[in-house]
Amino acid sequence: MFGIPMPGSVFDDLWRLQQEVDELFGSWSAPLGIRSLPRGSFPAVNIGQTPERVDVYLFAPGIDPKSLDISLQQNLLTVSGNREIKIEEDVDYYRQERFGGEFRRVMSLPEDVDPDRVQAKYADGIVQISIERRESARPRQIQIH
Amino acid sequence: MATNTEVTRRGSSAAKEAGAGLTSQGTWTAEGPIRPPVDVWEDKDGITLCADMPGVSKDRLNVRVDGNTLIVEGQLELELSKDAEALYADVRSSLYRRSFALSGELETEKIEANLKHGVLTVRIPKRAELRPKKIEVKVG
Repeated sequence: MFGIPMPGSVFDDLWRLQQEVDELFGSWSAPLGIRSLPRGSFPAVNIGQTPERVDVYLFAPGIDPKSLDISLQQNLLTVSGNREIKIEEDVDYYRQERFGGEFRRVMSLPEDVDPDRVQAKYADGIVQISIERRESARPRQIQIH
Repeated sequence: MATNTEVTRRGSSAAKEAGAGLTSQGTWTAEGPIRPPVDVWEDKDGITLCADMPGVSKDRLNVRVDGNTLIVEGQLELELSKDAEALYADVRSSLYRRSFALSGELETEKIEANLKHGVLTVRIPKRAELRPKKIEVKVG
């Protein structure tokens, strides 16, 4: 499915999407925040920004989004919840790699985010939290008279 | 697995040492495909596999059997703004891939896959004639 490129095929769309994500996050490297958790912590987090807003992506598969506790205090975003993994009875387990139990993550966002203008949605196991930035912090075109 | 072959053939040794992967576009990314965490268990009728693949929708999921290998692939999709730049990233690849060797008593034609909220569940039944049978002891 992801093998040989076929220009003009329906797969172009897939590659474009893949490239966008890879270009944006694939080469990311910057100093870690003091509250950051080691990679592999649940839920995984990606954060992207534009001049207008900050988008936080929480990789939280199989979670009832209503059970998540999301709060934004100034520029500190806190997410906590409990992921219940049903343990089957009368079976033999070979692997149990998926995270289960309580979790909490705190993320430090840019300081110009506006806590009053936040939207969150859930699709395919990803919570996307979009926070608008304050107008004053956006780059402005300066006119020369 | 075509992409892996490409990496072996075209990848420079330095990039390979860094754990780099080649996307279908031919661009290098920092990392290869994501190996999704799985739970695997067996009951008397078959084997069940659960994989966390957040961001994968049904039309970007590919579960297939190649010979006796079960291959699970998925394309991660995020809603990104055109002018977005990365501030932080735990997830640095957009392709999930993992494979498992199956054994002969499993009925590969009857594999069922279900994807919900980014969790893939694959059910692989055992051939009926090979399921453990309870042996009744008659008292006579």
